Amino acid sequence: MSTSAQHQVSCGGGEISETMQVMAKHKSCGTVGGSGKASCGSQAGIGNVPNEVWEKVKNHPCYSEEAHHHYARMHVAVAPACNIQCNYCNRKYDCANESRPGIVSEKLTPEQAAKKVLAVASAIPQMSVVGVAGPGDPLANPDKTFKTFELVNKLAPDIKLCLSTNGLALADHVDTIARLKVDHVTITINMIDPDIGAKIYPWIFYRHKRYTGIEAASILSNRQLQGLEMLTARGILCKVNSVLIPGINDQHLVEVNKAVKSRGAFLHNVMPLISSPEHGTVFGLSGQRGPTAQEVTALQDSCESEMNMMRHCRQCRADAVGLLGEDRGAEFTMEKIMAMDIKYDEQARKEYQAKVEKVRIAKLAAKQEQLAELASASSEIKVLVAVATKGSGLINQHFGHAKEFQIYELSTSGAKFVGHRPIHPYCQGGHGEDSKLEVAIGAINDCHAVFVSKIGGCPKAELIKAGIEPVDQYACEFIDGSAIAWFKLYLDKVNEGKIKHVERLDAAARHNGLISAA
Amino acid sequence: MPFKIIASQCTGCSACETQCPNFAISERAGVFLIDPEKCTECAAYFDEPQCVAVCPVDNTCVLDTALPRHQEPA
Repeated sequence: MSTSAQHQVSCGGGEISETMQVMAKHKSCGTVGGSGKASCGSQAGIGNVPNEVWEKVKNHPCYSEEAHHHYARMHVAVAPACNIQCNYCNRKYDCANESRPGIVSEKLTPEQAAKKVLAVASAIPQMSVVGVAGPGDPLANPDKTFKTFELVNKLAPDIKLCLSTNGLALADHVDTIARLKVDHVTITINMIDPDIGAKIYPWIFYRHKRYTGIEAASILSNRQLQGLEMLTARGILCKVNSVLIPGINDQHLVEVNKAVKSRGAFLHNVMPLISSPEHGTVFGLSGQRGPTAQEVTALQDSCESEMNMMRHCRQCRADAVGLLGEDRGAEFTMEKIMAMDIKYDEQARKEYQAKVEKVRIAKLAAKQEQLAELASASSEIKVLVAVATKGSGLINQHFGHAKEFQIYELSTSGAKFVGHRPIHPYCQGGHGEDSKLEVAIGAINDCHAVFVSKIGGCPKAELIKAGIEPVDQYACEFIDGSAIAWFKLYLDKVNEGKIKHVERLDAAARHNGLISAA
Repeated sequence: MPFKIIASQCTGCSACETQCPNFAISERAGVFLIDPEKCTECAAYFDEPQCVAVCPVDNTCVLDTALPRHQEPA
């Protein structure tokens, strides 16, 4: 099933030699990384990040926005138990068509997980990272989690390991995490104020006792920050995830941002609350709403001067497989894996990844070329555009096949990735094609244009009616360069009085965490 | 009387299995069961029964009223 991956790389690949020349002209000075902070070439890493850190993140799709277009990850669901209760989680509810944390189709033993890693690594050579993210908490299942890492280290030593934890048990396991070369750890920290924590966490289970209320939140917060300090002191990269819950911790997350930055966190990922009554969560049932896209962006923007903000998180399942935004988990059920003839070929993976690197360089060069064109323009105008993509940083997805749109903010300083919008509304059927189009338009209603490889006549007309320009003339070209070229034309038309620039509306940040029923 | 797990409410998360000091809990067909012969209600180990304290679903690990309370040997 590697055909689609190959397609992604070959699409536009013919321009590589040409763009390499352009690249040489521009001396490889480019922008990389998830925060939109400028930096000079891949040598310097992202922002003010040192080279050794850049080496760790450059092929990690969750730690580098630029890498997430090219490299894939997989989660292995070996950790079902949890040691805390969160008001946004309900372990009883499960649905194969859902995409949100805490959801898996089948639990694995460490041995099954290792086999699955080899199967995926062979079929998807750009899969660079294996993580344990649940469906409970990896460190509430330390034996299963660490046994899995030991096996992967032994069988596929080129694969990076990471884990995602609530942090309660973290301080007890820092030595093991370091010994097993887990060099990326994500801690979910939603508060540093126990009064706020009591509204998010009904209880924790700690040292053989259940704690509730403010006492529980206080222990959790202390343990999270202690664990973060211990990891960063050892040079282990830490990302902090925070769930944005309007009316509970929205303003407070600025304080969380300062607290985690001062303790050495590398990246902060503010994610929208996923809340819907049918999930049966405390928040879902109480009518607690999730934030709008603008609310998430506003908070990310307000923290960005302080540290790198992650904007490309897909809040994926604890058994997700593939590029962020796609889930190929259904191709790798244990039943299918047992029938596979798996040959792990590290050399072939290296060769494939070398090709991926060429595409990355070409993409950067295309962007530089268009940025140079834009250099003469001067305007205060900023617009958002949506992009349908299958990966590799290319506009290579049909409008009607897109399961999500990537969102870029365009200004005279260039194209900046600011997020994504999942759009598949159906879980148990019962929704027609019309509602799918409505959901798609609702999800990108804050955008001036949508870039696609192809689009049908009917959706095209509906988009134009909604004030969103469907753009298909950049099919199979790089996103950044194309978006900047389009923006240049847009500014020209505004300056010549051919069109009038108007602000767009707000849009939905999440659609109940559902993915395709297909 | 020992604890029992209401199977229809069990999520199969396994959190109780590793916390049980008596190794009385095991998985069968995706849900967990408590062996009433081994359960001591955590007496002599902890202040509160561990399966109850760690279970993510309220009222799922409950006393089995059909059986007599556990008695610690004198």
